[in-house]
Amino acid sequence: MGNLPYDVAHLLGTSVLVLSFGLLFQRRILGVLNIFGVQAGFLAAAAAWQAHIQHAPHLYITAAIALVFKAIVIPLALRRIVFRLRIHRTVETVLGVGPTMIAGVGLVGLSVILVLPLTHQSVALTRDDLALALSIVLLGLLMMITRRNAVTQVVGFMSLENGLILAAVGVAGMPLVVEMSVAFSVMVAFIIFGIFFFHIRDRFDTLDLQSLESFRGERS
Amino acid sequence: MNGAGLQLLQFLLVLLLAPGLTGLVRKTKARLTGRRGPGLLQPYRDLIRLLRKEAVIAENASWLFRFAPYLTFTALWLAAALIPTFAQRLPLSPIADLIALVALIGLGRFAMALAGLDIGTAFGGIGSSREVMVAALAEPAMLLVIFTLALLLGTTSLPDIAGYLATTNVGLRVSLGLGLVALVIVAIAENARVPVDNPATHLELTMIHEAMILEYSGRHLAMMEAASMVKLLLFVSLIACLFAPWGMALGEPTAASAAIGIAVYIGKLILAGLVLALFETSIAKMRVFRVGEFLATALLLGLLAVVFLFVSKGL
Repeated sequence: MGNLPYDVAHLLGTSVLVLSFGLLFQRRILGVLNIFGVQAGFLAAAAAWQAHIQHAPHLYITAAIALVFKAIVIPLALRRIVFRLRIHRTVETVLGVGPTMIAGVGLVGLSVILVLPLTHQSVALTRDDLALALSIVLLGLLMMITRRNAVTQVVGFMSLENGLILAAVGVAGMPLVVEMSVAFSVMVAFIIFGIFFFHIRDRFDTLDLQSLESFRGERS
Repeated sequence: MNGAGLQLLQFLLVLLLAPGLTGLVRKTKARLTGRRGPGLLQPYRDLIRLLRKEAVIAENASWLFRFAPYLTFTALWLAAALIPTFAQRLPLSPIADLIALVALIGLGRFAMALAGLDIGTAFGGIGSSREVMVAALAEPAMLLVIFTLALLLGTTSLPDIAGYLATTNVGLRVSLGLGLVALVIVAIAENARVPVDNPATHLELTMIHEAMILEYSGRHLAMMEAASMVKLLLFVSLIACLFAPWGMALGEPTAASAAIGIAVYIGKLILAGLVLALFETSIAKMRVFRVGEFLATALLLGLLAVVFLFVSKGL
């Protein structure tokens, strides 16, 4: 016991996961954006800590990207969009908060059960980093399923991507190119989403994606 | 000093400090909201005044109504006195088990909820049903925290847990951190503090604790009030014992180490009272129907704590 590098990595990773649950729990759209910013901050801290204990300076760049873009720029930009669209009041959920939480815990259990047998030879650090990262990815997917509003779905997508970065920094020897391209694609996705928000809004007068279903002919 | 004397001292100490802690929280809250507030000794005066007053009992009250305050108070007082506060080993410490503690707290609540129903007034019934709802959500969360500790340390005995955490460097355990947050949420709900219930009001439809004891007066009310003060102290002591056991007299207590232990313990209580008051002034009371979600968070954190214990140890 008392193994500091492992404990701090574990602590930061778990904080990111707990904040994923916070995203599922929070109903107000501005609260969701704030939690997302804090989560990205913890992700940056986790990446910086990995850079420190793995002696891999390029991970500092990952940390800096996470901190600048995901913790500051994207939340602020989403905030502006939300205010311009005047939807900063509420978030409606398809499922209630209780069932969502139960589903979330089930997903965490699932990812632990999945990851542990696969990686039982590897060191503890990689093992629970992978379990945490997979849980965060699944919780991001769950958030995209349970929310109807386009903005919160995008936040779900971004938090899913936080899980991917957490997995990438936890494994020693991941090249910087991969992380850069992930970060870049998220940036592009964000811009496209931003444009789409306004288009959806113009056409349907709402950001509730359920109105798209009748348009696609899923519901008669 | 011999062991029996120290155990007796512990019984008296929790009883004497409990109204002081409540007074401190009230005073700090008053100061933080820009009021002067009653003095620290006001809860003591209130209790003495209530003890002197005549007890008025409703016509259709059964023996249960008169019996419940004493049972509630005794169960909680015993539970508070069992927790290692200033010394790790006392004569009664072999029975200071976490699960026994939960059972004693549950016994107190059971008596109080029955008394609320006994009179047959609408308010008492509402209070009891809400209290039981809160309890049904808080207890699983508390048990999960206990499981976390039991899995990590291999025991549910409070003196052993405190001794282990105070002497061994367990490092920065995520599970312990999650368990601490979960236990704090449970403590807030159990003590009917602000986001769940407002302890300072008698006249709200959303009240829980006050609704149950609305019909009590005189010495019965004094017992109920003292019980809730002791309960607040109990949870603070429990959190201090489980997550910050430093400073308590380890092993067989001597007079000197017990004195240091008492001083440190009072310091912890003051700190906890100030933090609680700060938290309560910075947050608004939530709707009764959101309490379930609030407590579900505690349950969730407890569950995550257990899961991550498995992850870090390997299944």
